[in-house]
Amino acid sequence: MYQVLVFFLLLLTWVIFSGLFDPFHLSLGVLSCLLVTWMSSGMLFADRAASVWSRGRQAFLLIGYASWLLWQIVLANVHILKLALSPSGLEEVRPRVVRFRTGLRSEFGKFVLAQSITLTPGTVTIKIIGDEFVIHAISRLAADGLDGAMEARIAAIFEPELGDHLAVVAEGGHS
Amino acid sequence: MFEITISIISGALICGGLVFFLGAAVGLVRFPDFYTRMHSAGKGDTLSTIMILLGIALYQFHDLFREAHSLEEFFEHFKIELLVAIKVTAISVLIMLTSPTSTHALMEAGYDDGMEPFTCEDEDADENQNGKESAGQ
Repeated sequence: MYQVLVFFLLLLTWVIFSGLFDPFHLSLGVLSCLLVTWMSSGMLFADRAASVWSRGRQAFLLIGYASWLLWQIVLANVHILKLALSPSGLEEVRPRVVRFRTGLRSEFGKFVLAQSITLTPGTVTIKIIGDEFVIHAISRLAADGLDGAMEARIAAIFEPELGDHLAVVAEGGHS
Repeated sequence: MFEITISIISGALICGGLVFFLGAAVGLVRFPDFYTRMHSAGKGDTLSTIMILLGIALYQFHDLFREAHSLEEFFEHFKIELLVAIKVTAISVLIMLTSPTSTHALMEAGYDDGMEPFTCEDEDADENQNGKESAGQ
């Protein structure tokens, strides 16, 4: 099942990057994709325990998450722009190191959380020690953005069983 | 009309990206220490690169309705432009994945090396930090 998925992903990439739809080039693509799938399909999707369908669900939800994240990036970037360009902006620069514990268990969930924190300007993940995140925030507003809402959204995608617990934490962070 | 609209939108995206780049460059000079400078150098360029690339991807379609002799020719144009736009968008996804990784690597290297972050030890910072720790548990 995973091998079929890998094959079609490779074929899609081939078609997009070649841009030629005549039978000769398409058959070349099919042949080389088959070869690569046969040789090294194990390199993609290391964890084969989850079913393909649950992966599909995750990928679908990830699109929604990515668009929410993009909006957060825009908001946060405007904040940084204000700090950098306005004459009084430097007074708002109050760097601090924030530490918090995450409820996420899976490596991938932690990776997505760390990556999202780094992507939103004003906060950078310095280190992950076990489940403790060490984060550098540039201003008070940026640090306030780390209220657990992001974590709850990631948990809803990758670890649904944690979702309710984290949503409560996020609510507490807002108030 | 279509051509002008597309040109204006993509031009606005590209100029917006340049404004964010300017903010990143100015921040690099103005911010007080290594970590805060990394903030502006490493990430001011994420959104700006994405905006510029999206503007370029959109601009591919600006002469979509140029004179075509048949429907096939029109779809041929559309296919080529769409493929280029997808490739440009793929670059922006790559940037979204790699840029935070490199920023994080540099920050971690600085932290491991014992570089003290410049922090403001005022009351609101302490209060805020305590609040965060209790919220995280």
